[in-house]
Amino acid sequence: MPDLTIENLELEIHGIPVLRGVSVEVRPGRVTGLVGESGSGKSMTSLAAMRLLPRGSVTRGRIDFGGRDLLGLGEPEMCRVRGREIGMVFQEPMTALNPLRTIGDQVAEGFRLHLGLGRDEARERARLVLERVGMPASRVPPTRYPHELSGGQRQRVVIGMAVALSPGLVIADEPTTALDVTTQAQVLRLLRDLVAQDGAGLLLISHDLAVIGAMADEIAVMRRGEIVEQGPAASFFRSMRHPYSRALLAASSHAPAREPSPAGAETVLDVDGAVRDYTLPRTRLFAPAPRLRAVDGVSFAVRRGESVGLVGESGCGKSTLARAILGLEPVQGGAIRLMGESIAGLAAEARRRFRRRVQIVFQDPFGSFDPRHTAGRIVGEPLHLLRGELAAGEREARVAAALEEVGLSAADAARYPHEFSGGQRQRLAIARALITRPDLIVLDEPVSALDVSIRAQVLDLLAGLQARMGLTYLFISHDLGVVRAITDRVLVMQKGRVVEEGPTQDVLDRPSHPYTKELVASALHLAETLADRAASQAAD
Amino acid sequence: MSAAGNEPALSWRPERFASRALRHPSFVAGMAVAAVVALMAALSLVWTPYDPTAIDIPGKLRPPSLEHWLGTDQYGRDTLSMIMRGAVTSIAVSFVAIGIGAGVGVPLGLLAAQQRGGGVDQAIMRVNDFIFAFPALLIAILLRELFGPGTLNAMIAIGVFNVPVFARVAYGAALPLWTRDFVMAARTSGKGPTLITVEHILPNLVGVLIVQATIQLSLGILAEAALSYIGLGVQPPNPSWGRMLNEAQTLMALAPRLALIPGFAIIATVLGLNLLGDGLRDLADPRLARER
Repeated sequence: MPDLTIENLELEIHGIPVLRGVSVEVRPGRVTGLVGESGSGKSMTSLAAMRLLPRGSVTRGRIDFGGRDLLGLGEPEMCRVRGREIGMVFQEPMTALNPLRTIGDQVAEGFRLHLGLGRDEARERARLVLERVGMPASRVPPTRYPHELSGGQRQRVVIGMAVALSPGLVIADEPTTALDVTTQAQVLRLLRDLVAQDGAGLLLISHDLAVIGAMADEIAVMRRGEIVEQGPAASFFRSMRHPYSRALLAASSHAPAREPSPAGAETVLDVDGAVRDYTLPRTRLFAPAPRLRAVDGVSFAVRRGESVGLVGESGCGKSTLARAILGLEPVQGGAIRLMGESIAGLAAEARRRFRRRVQIVFQDPFGSFDPRHTAGRIVGEPLHLLRGELAAGEREARVAAALEEVGLSAADAARYPHEFSGGQRQRLAIARALITRPDLIVLDEPVSALDVSIRAQVLDLLAGLQARMGLTYLFISHDLGVVRAITDRVLVMQKGRVVEEGPTQDVLDRPSHPYTKELVASALHLAETLADRAASQAAD
Repeated sequence: MSAAGNEPALSWRPERFASRALRHPSFVAGMAVAAVVALMAALSLVWTPYDPTAIDIPGKLRPPSLEHWLGTDQYGRDTLSMIMRGAVTSIAVSFVAIGIGAGVGVPLGLLAAQQRGGGVDQAIMRVNDFIFAFPALLIAILLRELFGPGTLNAMIAIGVFNVPVFARVAYGAALPLWTRDFVMAARTSGKGPTLITVEHILPNLVGVLIVQATIQLSLGILAEAALSYIGLGVQPPNPSWGRMLNEAQTLMALAPRLALIPGFAIIATVLGLNLLGDGLRDLADPRLARER
């Protein structure tokens, strides 16, 4: 099996330097982890190795693969290398697969293209590959289409396509970022076993130190197009010297300083047996429309000053519940009361009062702003609920105050969302949620789309605001680390039901429900991963 | 992103808008063409070199000369005068048709998107499909039977034909916007569907609608030509670019310039308006403000 040696790789795109002197090695049977924040150039490094760089790219240096310089190969030769000798696993399996072709045919494509096999033979080989990635034909027939699979299964298909021809090198770019925690662990294990069996090298790219720490033999930390530090994983975390690597590690396991919430405070939110049904499209003309129960008899309460976590995997109903709490969707059973009042059946005036009491921060710091409105208009939008009550000029003053509370400046009110960085945009979203002085703020995955260092800053901001203003949070997340850092109590949701509830520390340290146990066991916890590594090394 | 802090984007302040507009190449080019056509049309209302309807059989089919810059047609009418006066009809017809189409179609599409999933949207869009199924020609014949032929009826016929186009474009572009988080945020701010449509949905559709309008504008000029040809639009002797084209086609071999000149006028106008539309779309988008 060949080595991949990237030597002194320089990359410019339209004259802008993107990579500076990147040197990294992937040896057969070993895993090299490339870790860094968005814009650090880690994906560009892998695209350079595949020669899939955008137009206007100029490369210098050498990418040696089995004695050939990939940068010097012509496009037809490169086409033979891609898929045949280097396999690639992408972040988002839904877009990496063709929705109109069966998974069997998509895996078979490599055999037909590179080995020139006939249709039937290629299909047979594809069936074996799918079996190898844990999808035997008896359970998941190769005649399925991508939309008929779960996210984890789709990623298995993508991995199958990458390893089908037993390439000497597999490049996996954030292979589990789009997956749930429980699936993440399985997919990572699969990936590691496959390359170990084939003796192939794996170049694993991730923003998540825990993933890299658990998987890699060699670790390289990238920032702004440069590798700032690299070394063998076993000793990396102990011996790392570069301030950026240290900062990254500190940010990854950062927990803001928090006071426990005051006991015996009044109840802000009371969810009592809430049920939310969706009507699905009819399967036949006269058959009754099937219904999907997204939230199934959920009950809990949140007290003033508390921070309550709501944990679960995608599709468990946590975001639906959030929308119901905000009064954006009706419930079909039970009641949701905010300060003792339910939104159902309220008159317009009372509805306004209700909405003022609860605000939301969304996950996507870009999609949650109208690109044509200025930051001032965006942050001030909830003041619509106070119309007629604000004196002239008070609106501007409130907006300026809200911006300053979240660490922005009043002058930022004139800027547009695209002019802010990701972290600043999330600050804007928090300012918008604060401006009506709500009793409850629902945070729907507020830090999931952020880089670790920015995530730490936003968590600090949230904790600081809560301490200063006595805010009450309902914190929705799939990330147990974040939930542990910022919440007092946690609710675990599965298939629309709350299966476990209790103080965060207790639930995450001593889970009692089988699902919670699975969730906790699957979550890659950086500190534990590192401890395991140290232990296994000592045993050797 | 670092430059953003120094210079706040206030792209809708008039002086900034003007200075940005003047640096936008396609906006300037489109504006220049549109201005020439508009000035020519305006001038023709008070002065043309000759009377565009005056027939002069002995002086027919003259090539371009100092007296007749663009020559004369088979009835001896001055081509330049006809082009100038024709601009008025062609532009008026397609602009009014756009006005009717967008004025009725866009609100219908927005309403359907706002009421999505409730049956109202289905009703609106199906009626829309029904109108779509009628060619403008059929509507024009119907209108002539009712009110007699004329320019106004051509405008209405083409306008009615434009309604479903705009309704469909507005509906299709508005639907995905309704699932965006910023609309959700507006709802938590207590804003009703109509206010959200006005504040968030419509401004984000400006780009698509401008592009569609420039396409419909070109189609409108051509549709007016077609209607005038079969006698349903502009009535002789009033000149229009479409009628000039159609009258010229029998003389294509003899005097191709009679077809080429109005053809060029149509192409130039359509191209200019397209450029203008592109420029307007970019200028209306704050995200593109900094790149100019």
